[in-house]
Amino acid sequence: MSTNIDPQLNAHGGAVAAEVAIAQGTDHSTDHGHDELGSLRFGFWIFLLSESIIFISFFVSYTIYKTSTVDWLPAGVSGLDTAAPAVNTVVLISSSFVIYVAERFLHDNKLWGFRLFWLLTMAMGVYFLYGQAVEWSELEFGFTDGTFGGIFYLLTGFHGLHVLTGVLLQTLMLGKSFVPGNYETGEFGVEATSLFWHFVDVIWVILFALLYLWQ
Amino acid sequence: MNGQTLWLLAVALSGVSSIMGAVNIVTTIVKMRAPGMTWFKTPAFVWTVMSAQIIQLFGLPALTAGAVMLLMDLSFGTHFFDPFGGGAPVLYQHFFWFYSHPAVYVIILPIFGIFSELFPVYARKPLFGYPVVVISSLVIVGLSAIVWVHHMYASGTPNWMRLLFMLSTMLISVPTGIKVFAWVATVWGGKIRLTSAMLFALGGLVMFVFAGITGVMLASVPVDIHVNNTYFVVGHFHYVIYGAAVMGVYAAIYHWFPKMTGRMYYEGLGKLHFALTFIGANLNFFPMHPLGLQGMPRRVASYDPEFAFWNVIASLGAFLLGVSTLPFILNMVSSWIQGERASDNPWRAIGLEWLVASPPPVENFEVIPTVVAAPYGYGKNEPLVLGQTLATDPLSSESNGSGTEFAARG
Repeated sequence: MSTNIDPQLNAHGGAVAAEVAIAQGTDHSTDHGHDELGSLRFGFWIFLLSESIIFISFFVSYTIYKTSTVDWLPAGVSGLDTAAPAVNTVVLISSSFVIYVAERFLHDNKLWGFRLFWLLTMAMGVYFLYGQAVEWSELEFGFTDGTFGGIFYLLTGFHGLHVLTGVLLQTLMLGKSFVPGNYETGEFGVEATSLFWHFVDVIWVILFALLYLWQ
Repeated sequence: MNGQTLWLLAVALSGVSSIMGAVNIVTTIVKMRAPGMTWFKTPAFVWTVMSAQIIQLFGLPALTAGAVMLLMDLSFGTHFFDPFGGGAPVLYQHFFWFYSHPAVYVIILPIFGIFSELFPVYARKPLFGYPVVVISSLVIVGLSAIVWVHHMYASGTPNWMRLLFMLSTMLISVPTGIKVFAWVATVWGGKIRLTSAMLFALGGLVMFVFAGITGVMLASVPVDIHVNNTYFVVGHFHYVIYGAAVMGVYAAIYHWFPKMTGRMYYEGLGKLHFALTFIGANLNFFPMHPLGLQGMPRRVASYDPEFAFWNVIASLGAFLLGVSTLPFILNMVSSWIQGERASDNPWRAIGLEWLVASPPPVENFEVIPTVVAAPYGYGKNEPLVLGQTLATDPLSSESNGSGTEFAARG
């Protein structure tokens, strides 16, 4: 990386450059290492895009198995019940709107409004996980029952793990809101957590369509 | 926990760490370049590193997905790739090669960048077709995502798939060929200095062209099915990875050694290193091609007596390659300890790193420079950064055409 500039050094040296730029009346702050929030945002976006490839790989596997397996459903299984997962879907999709409201409250510096709606989002996430656990416990097939059983538990489990990660991140961000003055100048962690939550939501919609609607 | 479980956990873990690295590098390159460094003023090496890391971002997750499914199969009794439980073993091959063919481009793209940086310096000419060369990297990234099935012609893939991937694989040789053409055109008619770095870059280019020719041969379905699982494939691979990649890395080490250490290396030892490496590599890897065409299978420890001749030659080459590392190690260690002090810009190269001391100070630049040109203005006598005084710049004698003062040192 000899031709590149170490980001940390750049950030430090950039401050000096900014002073010079201001002194010279030319501000280049938009075209180099200054835009820290922009860099974090960009980095998180490409991370999510990369992460989505894992889900896409599983979705593609699912489609291949479903369209090519002779005995798709395990013996004695007629299909998946869609009613309870549909409720779960509504809760998860709604939580994306709730977390947006929480973000708006934070944007307006209304901390208690933020905490209330943030907590509501977390509750909806936990409800989703609970619903998933109940569904799993009532199913009459396990993950070793053919490729159907394997890919069903892999997809719902891997997604559930992401929901759990989202809830844990939300817990962390809620805790950080109690540090005085912490969120006065904005907080990228909140934005990233929210972005992650929307991502988990979108993945679920595709998952629901593939697993439950396309039977 | 058995060995396979441990191996798969390692695959997943190194995949995650590589994705983190890729996110960091791509973000740094896209968002944190020096002021004034627009895309077409960014060094070709930076372009190629970014291209390689974009491949990591879309390729690795697929491998990770396959690894997770294989882990479930081996440790928890699922049947994703188990044909007796309704699974699809070929699907695992798809996951593996969807990442593992682009992975070769992850290795070779930065080498392309090294070639693009070094040829202008040692031929004293601007990089020929610079915008086309850097855009070619991105075209390679795009095409690298749709060539993986050429590893699976013999895996019972349907005919339409074979044809499609034969086409895409031959297509990817176009941007690569554009780069080779640009490097040859850069060197063509230049004032060439055969330093160790330049020798390795030229040697690497020659071997890469050979690797490219066998690569296009292997893209063709009838040829590939004929030589599948033979030493021909092994020969092709080693010309890419040793001939181009390792030689390119050696070139980069020699080129940037003075900048990294503040010391000059010994040219004599460097040239000995090159001669041994170039002869050794060709003696070692060329015989693999006739052996493969004669039908010697890969991954088998012993061979029939009829294959003895070429195998003995290859072994000689392998010993020579082993010996070649001795002058290299000796050179690096002794030069670092007691080599002649390097100036800031011993090769009279253009580039941000050559504007700072050797080795660079902790802060790199006291004031972040504003870039005004791509780093290939050889013979143009133009500044690279704002406020650069060319009169005191070592490059200023460029137009005078004095080539002797760069005579090899050491």
